[in-house]
Amino acid sequence: MSRWVDVCDVEDLVPDRGAGALVGAYHVAVFRLSSGEIYALGNHDPFSGANVLARGIVGSAGDVAKVASPIYKQAFDLRTGVCLSDPDVRVPVFATRVNGGRIELSDRPVPPARPGTASADSPLPQDDKEEQ
Amino acid sequence: MVGHKLVELITRDGGLERWRIVVFAEEKRLAYDRVGLSALFSGSTAEDLSLVADGAYDGVLVHLADPVVAVDREQRLVVSASGAEERYDALVLATGSYPFVPPVPGHDLPGCFVYRTVEDLERIREYAAGARVGAVVGGGLLGLEAANALLALGLETHVVEVAPRLMPLQVDDGGAAALAERIAELGVFVRAATQTTELEPGPDGGVRTMRFSEGTDLEVDLVVFSAGIRPRDELARTCGLKIGPRGGVVVDNACRTSDARIFAIGECALARDRTWGLVGPGYEMAEVVASQLTGSPDAPVEFTGADLSTKLKLMGVDVASFGDCFGEQESSRDVVLRDDVARVYKRLVLNTDTGRVAGGILVGDASAYQLLRLMAAGELPTPERPEQLLFPAQAGDAGPGILAMPEDTAVCSCNNVTKRVICAAIADGVSDVGGIKAATRAGTTCGGCVPLVTDLLNDELRKSGREVSNNLCEHFRHSRQELFDIMRLRRIGSFAELLAACGRGRGCEVCKPAVASMLASLGGGHILKGEQAGLQDTNDHFLANLQRDGTYSVVPRVPGGELTPDQLIAIGQVAKEFGLYTKITGGQRIDLFGARVEQLPAVWSRLIDAGMESGHAYGKALRTVKSCVGRTWCRYGVQDSTAMAIRLELRYRGLRAPHKIKSAVSGCARECAEAQSKDFGVIATERGWNLYVCGNGGMRPQHAELLASDLDDESLVRYIDRFLMFYIRTADRLERTATWLNKLEGGMSYLRSVVVDDVLEIGTELEADMERHVAGYECEWRGVVEDPDRRQLFRTFVNSPDPDPDIVRVSERGQMRPALPEERAAVTPVLVGSVR
Ligand code: SRM
Ligand SMILES: Cc1cc2nc3c(=O)[nH]c(=O)nc-3n(C[C@H](O)[C@H](O)[C@H](O)COP(=O)(O)OP(=O)(O)OC[C@H]3O[C@@H](n4cnc5c(N)ncnc54)[C@H](O)[C@@H]3O)c2cc1C
Ligand code: SF4
Ligand code: FES
Repeated sequence: MSRWVDVCDVEDLVPDRGAGALVGAYHVAVFRLSSGEIYALGNHDPFSGANVLARGIVGSAGDVAKVASPIYKQAFDLRTGVCLSDPDVRVPVFATRVNGGRIELSDRPVPPARPGTASADSPLPQDDKEEQ
Repeated sequence: MVGHKLVELITRDGGLERWRIVVFAEEKRLAYDRVGLSALFSGSTAEDLSLVADGAYDGVLVHLADPVVAVDREQRLVVSASGAEERYDALVLATGSYPFVPPVPGHDLPGCFVYRTVEDLERIREYAAGARVGAVVGGGLLGLEAANALLALGLETHVVEVAPRLMPLQVDDGGAAALAERIAELGVFVRAATQTTELEPGPDGGVRTMRFSEGTDLEVDLVVFSAGIRPRDELARTCGLKIGPRGGVVVDNACRTSDARIFAIGECALARDRTWGLVGPGYEMAEVVASQLTGSPDAPVEFTGADLSTKLKLMGVDVASFGDCFGEQESSRDVVLRDDVARVYKRLVLNTDTGRVAGGILVGDASAYQLLRLMAAGELPTPERPEQLLFPAQAGDAGPGILAMPEDTAVCSCNNVTKRVICAAIADGVSDVGGIKAATRAGTTCGGCVPLVTDLLNDELRKSGREVSNNLCEHFRHSRQELFDIMRLRRIGSFAELLAACGRGRGCEVCKPAVASMLASLGGGHILKGEQAGLQDTNDHFLANLQRDGTYSVVPRVPGGELTPDQLIAIGQVAKEFGLYTKITGGQRIDLFGARVEQLPAVWSRLIDAGMESGHAYGKALRTVKSCVGRTWCRYGVQDSTAMAIRLELRYRGLRAPHKIKSAVSGCARECAEAQSKDFGVIATERGWNLYVCGNGGMRPQHAELLASDLDDESLVRYIDRFLMFYIRTADRLERTATWLNKLEGGMSYLRSVVVDDVLEIGTELEADMERHVAGYECEWRGVVEDPDRRQLFRTFVNSPDPDPDIVRVSERGQMRPALPEERAAVTPVLVGSVR
């Protein structure tokens, strides 16, 4: 069962930029968009093998918010973790929410949100209800 | 793989409306890319190899890890190991092959493996942890791949081949010799013409001694058998289908077995009198069957055979063979290029009757493979002097023949994608290689065809008048030059303003850094100021060059290459203190590699205290102005080239441009500083300086051209000011000066009229722009080190001061370097449940 883990202040993040975070043993890349949404993906770039997705450039392709790996530039959908140029590749997605100005992440990857339903605080999976 | 392809094709063509599909799989996971199996040893996971897109099996019933054990043809029933039964109207066997293990005594001892499935590799990896020496039995294509894997696992690796040479099926003696030499250099021990007669266990019961026919033996800890594959035809045999003399389920050209309701495809099938051990022909068979099951009109209804040409990179060595590679026809004659220095071997087989390329073998450099293969297949005309294709491509050669290729040419042989299909995708609006991959799957397997696909794409776009668009990206319908003018004239000072004025969306990794660079060229202040920080590419964002493992390199500026002993000592001390790898660069300065993000400010603080400043190695900006010693020391020097180089480097340091800018100053015509290969280069004359512009080395070397001669110091600087600012205003994103000049209408004489004769009357404006840059320059690193808020950006984790534990170093030649994946695996503990 996953729980929320406190990570940092919203203000600790530069808008439209990512930052690395450690959640237990997971390397997570947390992104704050200038439009307010917070997203979190695994920080491990499957193409280069380095933990660098947090250092990529945030942008969009059509309506999809994305981050481009700084090493070989493959882009990943911030909502689903799916690689846009190679949809067979996906990085893990973590749930995010803002709680009193603090960013919280799920303590493990969650099933990716379906495109279009992601929001700034996507809910944790159902089985977590009692814990909150 | 082939079975999965079939399911994909049937679902794509609406087959789920007609058929209820049931898949039985022996392995415990859905289809994965067996061709890329070895990637498991270079950091990929089994999930990375999956071939299955989300939802691909919606509506399909799958029994995983439950092989079919019997087929009852009378009742049209299959029975699985777990006892599940399914009736069928059509049955497709896509059972692949199994690795053949020669029945030598001891072949089944613990420590003996094959190389076929994810699980095989996992077992090898596990066993190798306690092993030191590994041997591969079989020096064919797969055997060498397995040997590479053992090497990657850190084992002393031996390859034992019965035939007198490696890869006996693909290359000849000459090719095998070049290959063996290169492979030996990588540390692999090759024993050809050697038969393994027996394996004996050691005291622990695991394999220990290999005995060979010639009476020698070898102590090993682990053995991988890769002595060929055999079709898995056991089901077909037991239910009485016709089997070939050497195995394989006999099928007709429609891939039907001797029972019309049963098909066989992929490696288990014996089609056109042979089995096919590559994925491409298997996929073609899947298409043949899919078209019969769905009635889809455009797919082929007959398996016509396939090209068995192969190109691989084995242990970093290119190996290719195509067509009639052994010259078996009466009329064939060879052209052989054997370069024992570069260890390259190329053999071209020509048919003397027709004058055409018939086949060939390439080892060490297979860059000409795609074209030669197409010529051998008769899909491209053979040029007049085909032997010239054996020499490495010269800069400026246009890829011959793409236009000449007929529509049915298979551009991507892995996925059997023809030129027609790719062109159709382009006509449907696809405009980049990524789009072609997604739409056609061309280029998604071995990647070998991507250069060809790219050429085809550019060519088609140009032909269809969709002039390879000069829009910056999907967010701006303007070229870089247009945006630059908009920003300059409307005094736009931020990305947000520009987006509001003439863009849409959120921007991306193309337009953001381009706009950041233009803001910097227009005097936008520190590149990490406010919103600008978010725009920068990681190199500019961290003011350092990102390396493959996520660390950075640090390059202090060394104007003109002149360095005092104290500065040298200071650089050495910093490197020592932070454990950085040091190297003299090709640009007359010193690079310090391997600094972690959170170390960068401290490293720079030390360097700045020692009087150094940013070298902008990370920026599309002035890099270096190289110098020679010049008149001061050199007996031939006619001017003080070192002083001029330093003056120029200090003047233009930090100048942001569409691409990097390099320069050099030589003290006489002997040109030791290589000024004629630079974006702007200066050569001393008796009377002053000659100014050359628009040269570069790199991917497409081009000599700089003379812009003006015998200039005094001040005119030299004035012309360079104008030249650079004109380039910055008008060039496209990532366009070096040479490319820019090549596209500039009127070429060098137009450029000269602008810079020297000032026909546009913008000379003073351009000089003023440059003066503003010079006056506004400050060291970007000083601006970070002295600003606590900016220093804050330099950390690995927002919620922890720790370094990235995945960055692992090993020592080599007295310095540190990044650990290779397998070395890293040896020292990093694996966290259960971690996704790292
Ligand atoms: C360090 C160095 C190699 C070395 O060990 O000597 C180097 C390293 C890199 N070069 Fe270079 N180049 C280095 C000298 C050169 C030279 C030689 C020279 O400058 O005299 C050339 C050919 C000359 C030229 O550019 O005209 C050169 C042609 C390239 C190119 C091809 C440019 C082109 O127009 O074709 C690239 C790719 C690019 O910029 O797009 C490149 C790119 C790179 C990058 C930035 C690749 C990357 O993105 O990681 C490397 C990162 C450097 C780092 O991490 O610090 N490097 N590179 C040299 C640094 C010089 C310096 O002090 O700044
Ligand atoms: C390391 C390696 C590298 C390779 N490199 C290349 C390359 O560069 N280029 C290239 O073209 N080819 C390459 N190949 C060959 C390529 O992988 C094969 O040609 C391809 O996988 C054949 O596809 P297939 O579907 O016929 O067989 P497979 O991919 O082997 O699939 C057959 C499946 O059927 C299952 N099965 C068998 N019997 C039963 C049963 N009774 N019930 C249920 N399931 C059953 C098997 O477990 C297997 O999962 C390589 C192979 C390997 C091992
Ligand atoms: S030549 Fe290639 S590998 Fe070597 S430093 Fe330059 S870019 Fe890197
Ligand atoms: S030829 Fe292998 S991917 Fe196209």
